[in-house]
Amino acid sequence: MATKNLLQAIHEGLAEEMRSDESVMVLGEDVGRAGGVFRVTQGLQEEFGDARVMDTPLAESLIVGSAIGLSVNGMRPVAEIQFADFIPPAFDQIVNEAAKFYYRSNGDWSCPITIRAPYGVVPGGALYHSQSIEAWFCNTPGLKVVAPTFPADAKAMIKSSIRDPNPVLFLEHKRTYRLIKEEVPEEDYDVPLGEARVHREGADITVVAYGLMLYMALEVAEKLSEEHGIETEVVEPRTLYPLDRESILDSAKKTGKVLVISEANLTGSVSGEMAAIVAREAFEWLDGPVMRLGAPDVPAAAFAKPMMDYFVPSAEKIEAAMLELARY
Amino acid sequence: MAKPVTMPQLGESVTEGTITRWLKAEGDEVEMDEPLAEVDTDKVNAELPSPVAGKIEKFLVTEGSTVDVGTEIALVAVEGDSSATDAPLQENTAADAPTEEFPAAGTEAQPVAQDTERQRAFARADSEGNGRGGIEDAETLRLTRSSPVVRRLAEEHGVEITEIPGTGTGGRVTRKDIEGYIEEQEERGTEREEYEPPGLQEEREAFAEIERVPLYEGDRIEELTGIRRAIANRMSASKREAPHAWTMVEVDVSGLAALREREKAAFAEREGINLTYLPFIVKAVVESLRENPVLNSAWDEDRIILRKRINVGVAVDLEDALIVPVIAGADELNLVGLARRIDDLVRRARGRRLGTEDVSGGTFTVNNPGALGSVVSTPIINHPQAAILSAEAIVKRPVVIDDAIAVRSMMNLEVAFDHRVLDGGAALKFLNAVKHRLEDYGSKE
Repeated sequence: MATKNLLQAIHEGLAEEMRSDESVMVLGEDVGRAGGVFRVTQGLQEEFGDARVMDTPLAESLIVGSAIGLSVNGMRPVAEIQFADFIPPAFDQIVNEAAKFYYRSNGDWSCPITIRAPYGVVPGGALYHSQSIEAWFCNTPGLKVVAPTFPADAKAMIKSSIRDPNPVLFLEHKRTYRLIKEEVPEEDYDVPLGEARVHREGADITVVAYGLMLYMALEVAEKLSEEHGIETEVVEPRTLYPLDRESILDSAKKTGKVLVISEANLTGSVSGEMAAIVAREAFEWLDGPVMRLGAPDVPAAAFAKPMMDYFVPSAEKIEAAMLELARY
Repeated sequence: MAKPVTMPQLGESVTEGTITRWLKAEGDEVEMDEPLAEVDTDKVNAELPSPVAGKIEKFLVTEGSTVDVGTEIALVAVEGDSSATDAPLQENTAADAPTEEFPAAGTEAQPVAQDTERQRAFARADSEGNGRGGIEDAETLRLTRSSPVVRRLAEEHGVEITEIPGTGTGGRVTRKDIEGYIEEQEERGTEREEYEPPGLQEEREAFAEIERVPLYEGDRIEELTGIRRAIANRMSASKREAPHAWTMVEVDVSGLAALREREKAAFAEREGINLTYLPFIVKAVVESLRENPVLNSAWDEDRIILRKRINVGVAVDLEDALIVPVIAGADELNLVGLARRIDDLVRRARGRRLGTEDVSGGTFTVNNPGALGSVVSTPIINHPQAAILSAEAIVKRPVVIDDAIAVRSMMNLEVAFDHRVLDGGAALKFLNAVKHRLEDYGSKE
């Protein structure tokens, strides 16, 4: 096994899938000759040619629309939206076309496309390179939304997404692209969509988080264990829609105290959905209020560093919330 | 003159109220605080006490109508008061509104959980300046119902939440609190039914989470005897509680060995008992303890108890157990007295004939593993005593004296001490005092 970061793991997953299945192809802005703005698709055009690794105009609606057309004609396209912030032009194609294709055709046509989109706050990203857009899509039946955080999961899940007969929105937190590294197995292994992962067992509180927030929550959990003897169970949904309700509920029932952390605007977030599930299904096990931590309801992370730092839940805020819940 | 009566504010956030029924008729006399009407708000149903005594002149609103707080609802003619109409009579909400402690007559508050003393106290504190009948806020609910899981556990085990000391937010009972409480109750229940040796409960708690060791074919399981259990508890407690420090000196007991060799036959004949090294050691220890009282002390959480009496425990090996009979008032005995007392205690220990008074009250312990051939040991302190001394086997060893090698009878002497109570300096001062006394025996003759 070699140590790989998130970028390399996704690249590897894509390349392996393209080698094993001729119908897998990549399309998007700068994905070909430039190798993608984050270099995820670097080298793919050289290896697979410009018919399977296709540069497109700056037109997200076209990127997803073409992918849909290709998919119903036997291809397995992986469309890249350069930044998740730019996905709205493709909204209609994703929500009204891709997600409903199978249902609308009474099961005659499935739409096996994967849409990769980097999301999340990065310093200097500001309005159009920072947004967490998952909530827009997490109430669209027919669509799957996945957001793995760790490289090994991401490599397996990009493959699972490509092989899935449904349209899958594959979200990658761009701040974690080079931040998170781990050993990634060389051989083929399976991480199915729709299954959460328990990163850390604990009996005192449960933290559910994904992306950069998961990474930070795991660090805070270690700190609380050392400094206060508080044992946090950390659960990563990995797939945001549909949610692995059982795993979240198992942990909620075990600890009775749940905190959901994400970087998205709090109101109407996926965190809200998770909190509601816990409140309803684990009510008799709860020993504290179901808590959430997220971004305030302002348009997006600011360019100014102090304002950006305020926008994103910090390690200090996460620690304070976890302590409050543990001591509740 | 007629005074207007206004709709009172019957709760902090209440802005309006409904007159559900007038309890008097126009023309009736009404006493001060006599119920005038039934008022319904979104928080309470209450009877409205008349803020004034007099004759009801006129109702300004009909039954069933909802009016804003402060609206005039009736006019009451007050005798002999001519200036009365100037200001409408208003309910002073903070002072006069019904409270938990002084409920308005017939207040039909929302049910509150059973009134234990504690809860009443909270309800009272809570109702101050709030003026609501019995609407529980988050603070009160957190204390009385705590959380869904606590409520469920309370119901399943028939426990009153307010009886449990809480450690959560604002004294809230947490899941861990109630689980601990239930466990405690259950243990107390079984305790009543069957006798348990003291310390068993603590031990059970300590080991409750520990998994059993794996069993292999042919293994034999022996249940703990009472004494084994007591030893286990005391040793674990001491190791857990007291930070042990340990130090050792070498003692040249050639003089003592020669003295004993010389005297033992005559001593046995005269006293009827064998002359062992132990009385010499105990005597040296007792004298040195008098000079170093901190070794004869006990740790007591936030203070140290320096013992006046010197009661020396002597460890006696019983093959399957260890028992420590105590020489009470050891400082009052001479060498012969100590020898007799030790002999008596050891005999009775081996014959299992010691009473509780023989094994309690120790202030310092002398361990004698040398009798079993040990040359070094690290004894466990007999908690809460501050220290324990170990006397090892006397062996002949080549020793350098004045740059020449001599064969001497040597003994290792160790002390393990509670480092919370004293430090190495004090321990060695004591140990060296014992050493010098032992080295002095027989050397002057």
